[in-house]
This record gives sequence, C-alpha cells and structure tokens, in this order.
Amino acid sequence: MNGVEDITIIGVGQTAIEREKPADTFADMAYEAVTKALDDAGMSIDDIDNIVTTSNDFWDGRTISSMAVNDAVGAGLGKNITTVEGDGTFSAFYGMCRILSGSYKNSLIVTHVKGSISDNIHITNGIFDPIYMRPIGLDSLNTAALQMRRYMAKYGISEEQCAKVSVKNHANALKNPYAQIKKTFTLEDVMDSRLIADPLKLLDCSPISDGAAAVIISGEESAKKHKNAVKVRGVGYCADAYFLGDRDLADANALDMAASRAYESAEIVDPLSEIDVAEVYDAFSYMELMWYEGLGFCAPGGGGKLIDRGVTEMDGKLPVNPSGGLLSGHPVITGGLIRLIEACLQVRGDAGDHQVKGVKTALAHGVNGACGQSHCVWIVGR
Amino acid sequence: MAKEKTAIVATGQTHHRSSRLDVNGIELIHEAVTRCLEDGELTIDDIDAVVIGNMDHFEGINYVDTWSIDGSGAFMKPIIKVTTGGTTGSTVGHCGYHLVASGMFDKVLAIGWEKNSESDTTAAITTAFDPIWDRLVFAGAISGLAVEAMAYMVKYGATEKDAARVAVRDRKHATNNPYAQLRKEVSIEDVMNSPMLSDPIKLLDVCPRTDGACAVVFASEQYAEKICDRPAWIHGISAKHPYNYLGDYDWEDRLPSMQMASKELYAKAGIKEPLKEIDVMELYLPYSCAGLSWIEALGLCGPGQAPKLLWDGVTDMGGELPINPSGGVIATNCIGATALLRISEAAVQVMGRGGKRQVPDVNTALASGFGGCFWSDVTLLKSTKPK
Amino acid sequence: MTNQGVDLLTINSGEAEQPFCYTVGLEGSKFLTEIRDNKRFVGIKCPKCGKVYVPPRKVCGPCFTEMTEWVPVKDEGYLHSYTILRFAFLDPETGKEKPVPYGYAFIRLDGADTDFQHYVEIKDEKKVKIGARVRAVFEEKRAGKITDVKHFVVID
Repeated sequence: MNGVEDITIIGVGQTAIEREKPADTFADMAYEAVTKALDDAGMSIDDIDNIVTTSNDFWDGRTISSMAVNDAVGAGLGKNITTVEGDGTFSAFYGMCRILSGSYKNSLIVTHVKGSISDNIHITNGIFDPIYMRPIGLDSLNTAALQMRRYMAKYGISEEQCAKVSVKNHANALKNPYAQIKKTFTLEDVMDSRLIADPLKLLDCSPISDGAAAVIISGEESAKKHKNAVKVRGVGYCADAYFLGDRDLADANALDMAASRAYESAEIVDPLSEIDVAEVYDAFSYMELMWYEGLGFCAPGGGGKLIDRGVTEMDGKLPVNPSGGLLSGHPVITGGLIRLIEACLQVRGDAGDHQVKGVKTALAHGVNGACGQSHCVWIVGR
Repeated sequence: MAKEKTAIVATGQTHHRSSRLDVNGIELIHEAVTRCLEDGELTIDDIDAVVIGNMDHFEGINYVDTWSIDGSGAFMKPIIKVTTGGTTGSTVGHCGYHLVASGMFDKVLAIGWEKNSESDTTAAITTAFDPIWDRLVFAGAISGLAVEAMAYMVKYGATEKDAARVAVRDRKHATNNPYAQLRKEVSIEDVMNSPMLSDPIKLLDVCPRTDGACAVVFASEQYAEKICDRPAWIHGISAKHPYNYLGDYDWEDRLPSMQMASKELYAKAGIKEPLKEIDVMELYLPYSCAGLSWIEALGLCGPGQAPKLLWDGVTDMGGELPINPSGGVIATNCIGATALLRISEAAVQVMGRGGKRQVPDVNTALASGFGGCFWSDVTLLKSTKPK
Repeated sequence: MTNQGVDLLTINSGEAEQPFCYTVGLEGSKFLTEIRDNKRFVGIKCPKCGKVYVPPRKVCGPCFTEMTEWVPVKDEGYLHSYTILRFAFLDPETGKEKPVPYGYAFIRLDGADTDFQHYVEIKDEKKVKIGARVRAVFEEKRAGKITDVKHFVVID
C-alpha cells in the first residue's frame, strides 16, 4: 500500500443514535451529519469536491436509496458523486482512493440508515441465498446464534465471557452523548435476559437504530496542519466465502487478512501493544471476542481470556469500544463509519468523557454480510 | 492528472438474453468474469480487488458484494459494491478506475450484472422513487422518459419519426454484435406502428429487459501494456447526479446533468469539438428520443438540431461519429451491467477488438451512463497514454 | 424449459411482503396536513435563490441552504409536461396490476417553481396538452396522504 501517509481525516459528524427519528427523513439526517462534519472541519460545502454516499436499498425500502439524500449532501451543486452500498468503513476507503487517484482533494463520506422503518428479520433474510438458505428462515439473529454456538464449542468460550462484553460496552456508553442505550447492566442482567435464539440473549444483541454520520477526508498538504488532522496509517479489507457451510464460522479469516494489510501499511507488528484504542463492530457480544482474535489482539480462541483479564476495559491495556459500540446503538451502514469517527476523536483527544488517555494509534473496524463475511480495518493516528 | 495512469486491458460479457434459466445470478456473473480473464490471458490470482454493482430490487438480493463471491472470484480478496441505479455500470467502472489510479491496487476487476427476468422491472424501478411523492403516479423508467420526450418534441418540433430513426440505427448496428439480445433490424414504419406504451413512446422506441453481465479489468501503467497490446487509457470521467425529485427536473432543458458532465469531461481532456475529435460513442440511450436531445446535451449539435444529424447518417456506422456500434441499450439492457457495457464497448473499439462492429481507426471513444433521477456519467478513453 | 436433459427450475418468492413505514418528515408533514385539513397547497422558499419548492423539503439542493419560509401556492397551475400511461405493469404499492390508461402529469402550480406530480384526468385527451391550465380536485375524506388530491382536471 502506498500514499496513505498523505491522507488525513479533518472533519467528523454524527447524529444522536436513536431507536426512532420520526421527524427526520433520510435527507434530514444526512444533512445534520454533513453540516456537523463541515463545522468540525471549519469548511464550507464549497471546499468539498466530491461526495461518496452510503446506503442500502433493503434497509431504506427504496431502490437507488442514495437518491433520497443527494440534495442534502451537496450533489445538487453538481459535484461528482458516487454511492457505496455497504458499511461506511468501505465507502470511506473508496473516498480515500478518489483522492489518491489525483482526481480530488477533499472527499465527503456520508452514511445513513433508518432501522426503525421496517423489519430487521425480513431485511437480513434477504442477505441469504434465495434457493438454499432463505426458505429455511435464516436471518442475522439466528445465524449469529449458529456462529456463537460454533465459536463457543470450538474454543471453549463461555456464555458469561460473551456477556461480559455487553456489560463493558453498556457501561462505556453511559459517557457517550450519542449512544442510544445508556443503562447499566450487570452480568446477571445479561445472562437472565430473554433468549432470542439459543445461546443468544437479548442483551447479547445490538438494538435497532436510526442514525447518520459523515467524515471529511483530505489529501491537501495544508490539511496535515489542520487542528483536527488525524492521519490515516493503513486500511485493509477482505471478504470470506458466502455460503455459511463453506467456512468455519468460529474463525475470522477475512478479518485476519484485512487486519494484516492495514498493519503492514501502518508498520504494526504487535497490535496489542502498539494500538491504544479500538472501536470494533460488536453487532453481538460474542463477535467482539472473535474480532479480538481476527485483529490479532490474541491467538484464536483467546478472546474469552482477554475479556476475563480486563485487557479491553476502559482502564485496560487496549480499551475496546469506549463509545459503547454497536451494542449501545446500531445504525447499520453507518455503524462502521461511527467506529472510524470515534477512533479519530480518540486520537484528537476530543472523545470527552469516554476519552482514553494518551491515544496515539487507534483502530476502527466495519463489517459487511452475515456472520462477519467481509471486514474493513482502519488504523489512524497522530 | 492521475497518480497512476490507468487503462482497461480486458473485457468480457455474456451473450445477453431476455431470460437465462440455465444459470443463477452468481453463475451469470462468473460467465462474464471468465470471459474477461480469458480476454486478458489472466487468472483470478492476478486480480487484486473487485468492485461489483447492480440494483438490489431486481433480484431481491441484499449485500450482493458478499453474495456474489463465487461468481466474482473475490474469495479472500477486497470487494465493495457500488450502486446508483441506471448509472450503476458507470459507477462501477469509475470505481475500478479510481482504485487503480490511487495506487492501492494494480489490477481491479469491475463487474456489472442484472437478471431482470427475476422480477417485474417496472415495479422495481418504481420503488426507486420517493414513496411519498413519486410512487403514486410514476410508472418506471418509461413514464419519466415519455414525459421528457413530450417536452422536447413540443419545444423543438422534433417528431416521433425523428425519434424512430434512432431506434432503427441502434437495432441495425446490433445485427453486427454477437452478444446483443435483439438482433433483428426494424424499419421506421415498424417503430411507428408498434403499440403506444406511454405517449409519445412506443414499444420499439424502448429498450428490452435483459439477463446479462459485463466484466472489465482496469490495470496500472506497470501492467497495462504487458496484458494488452493496445490498452484503452482512461482520460477523464465525470458523474453528475444533481436531482432527487422528478418534479425539480428541467424537462425541456435537454438533460442538464449530461451538459454538466460532458462540459467537465471535455475540459479535463482538452476536447473542443467533440463531433470531430471523438471517433465513436457508446451511449446509454434507453429509448429512442434520448438519441436526439441527449446528443445535443453532449454538444454534438445545437438545440433542436439532432434530428438532422440523425437523418444525415452522421451517427451511423460509416458516418463521421458512429454512435452505438454495439446496438446500444435499445438492443440490450441488463440494467446494472448496461453502463459498464458502454465503457467496455468503448474500450473494445479503442483496442480494435470489435470484429464486425469495429469502427476503423478509433483513437478516442466516449461512453455514457444514465440513471436515477435524470443523472449522467461520462468516460473518455483513448489509445494514447494520458500525460 | 430443459437443458441437457435437466428441468430448469425457478423458485417463486411467494407472497412474502416487506412492510415499510416511511418517514414523511417535518416539511412534508406540514404540506400534507394543510391539504388534509384545509385543502390548501403550501410551498417552501429558498432564502438564497428564491425558488419555491413543492413538495417542500428542508434543503435547497442547488444552494445547499436550509429553507424555513412557507409560502401559499394555488391549487391551480399548468401542465409542464405529461404522458398517458397505456401499458400494464405491476404496482409495487399494491402488488396488483395498475389500471391503465391514466394521465401522468407534472403540474407547475401557480406560485411554485418546481413541478408537483399527480394524475391528470384524461376523459377528453385532446384537452390534455403542455401548457393546459389544471385545477386540483380534493377527496371528500382525507387522510394526510398524496391521494387526498383525487386528481387534476383541465379547466381551459
């Protein structure tokens, strides 16, 4: 990988994550995130020379879902625009490449979703193959349960260890003004919560959410001296096999590959020591433990011990999800971009009450597809 | 200009049909990818990253990037999905270009596909439009285009016969293209006598719906000439999507997004007289009348002058600027692939691999994409390296 | 259909439905409630370019400026363009075939600078032409939906 050393992230904006935003259209949410990112960067829309929107037609209930927000993100001004369908970490990568190609100076990346307007079960059933998988009723919840069961069985991980992730992230969310769920849960609360799909319980699962987010990525020399300048040090993404039966669901091979690419570019050899904070895609509690392993924070199967030892707590060696993560608010599509925003805020020292001390290097992570099929990993720093 | 000079070095497409019951979507994609790799004498191991696009609701598959892995060859590779409606194919092509030009990857496989036989195309397109304001009366692409044609004809005095001339040209050209779906010539009378669908558009004025896929490999300078003896270098792109609401569109202003996009493109590539300087165009013309007003938007002639250009044969094979040697969209429309097919066909012309549909001595080719709420994308390819 | 002696199968998605509850938003809600409660159209005006948008929304795209000024718009205007839909197609809103023919019109209401889309009555097709004056006909029972306007009729 080359050239990322010239790239900086200089503006971030996010709406509050809420269960439902009845007053806001897709455009209203996107506009709020964009204006916040522009304000954060001290820029006007005139400084932006291209736009990458990010949305999903199934979640929005609309073919060409990007068409709902063009005016609200500046495309009405005739700026070059494109749309990624998938998680915001992937669209941010494309936004960065558009700068590296020499075509543009400043990319505006925008994501939006309204999980509240339809039904998660229908939408995620649509991820699965219509011939072999959809008719048996697969969706994001029951396949996650399959993966959790397989992960626990292969590596001897306990339900309690998974539940600890939920306790930790919900505690962290209390200090994040954008989080949706701000409530303290004990290990017993998680373990006693309603069974969703054995062994997944309600508090192992992220909620349904509405939200939008935006970042401004710059390739301008002057941006390196910007007060908010966060350097991009490495990005990698990679996809595993589609059919769930084609892979061992207990292992995150694609994440391993995506992380290796990002680490290679960032010259990171020992991620647990060299990364100061990580924001990972904890759509379900057990996933965070699996991602520790895929990200090389520990060996395969070591995720349970890592949480037991408190390594990823706020005061641990490598705090994970100080924002509260997706378990405290999960606007799909936007989810990964918020991880990137949080990583930037941590590097800047602007994370407020959930700031980790002395952050020089931060990791952000996004996912596409079922059971973590495709991963994107960002390393940002000073 | 770009950090990495980037060229198209290989292309592949399916033999397009109204319905392909012998393959599922993943296998259809695989067919185009395999042909593309063969064209470049490449294997999937040569590919560093994949970009794919279609429109979700034609097939009802959520997360096509992750679903398509077995067909796209992206197993344990980076893949992203881009999608912008009708312009999806050009959005895919532009993404492939940017990913290589960025220096992040040397060889990127770009894929557009659609299996339109799997759903009601008009119903699916209708759901692209605003559920609160558009959907009650909107009836898919044909209705919006009919409204545009009506406004153009009334303002500039163009006739339904003038429009029919475009359909006659594209359908004639399609007979030279072994991959085209509709390969039968039609006459002006055939078009005029075909059933009225939505005034003033008749059945033979519009594109069919198609099952098909297209794949293209973009390569960096280091690899381009090793893979292809005459690569099609990208000299500029532009993507203008300035409307959300159909009600905001300037109906009689001849596709303002195309005017914006082509103006920007010509400035980037130093083109002053497009009619003279460009050797061939592959345009996303989903219906006949677009072949009039939209070539005006491209600056090939002044407002209202397109019909004369058409009747004079300027845009026919053998004319000064042949348009759609492939037969274009009126002969084949696998929607997510369609605008990538335009880029692919333009590249084929530059590479000199067009067979019976080859225009002699092509150095400069332009491809366009159309979609969404009257949005336009353009791409300029040349046989010479950009400076 | 068979190929190489194999029956080529398709699998129908059946009666599966995906319900959505679309957000109208603040501006759109005001517009639709004005029609529902008062049989009146309102537009929203851009403070920068002065354009009056119908239907209203928060941001003027070409100016990237927030709009807050409401202006009255008449229930009369002219046909900016139109078509008459004559082919049968599946209506995704109902899952059934849409009744055709119908007049699909872009109406420039007096006082607005953008077009409002609706049906135009086509009883007398000769009268339906670009530039023709039209007026809205409201339903007796109104529910805060775009169908609270029954259609537009040519009044020339």
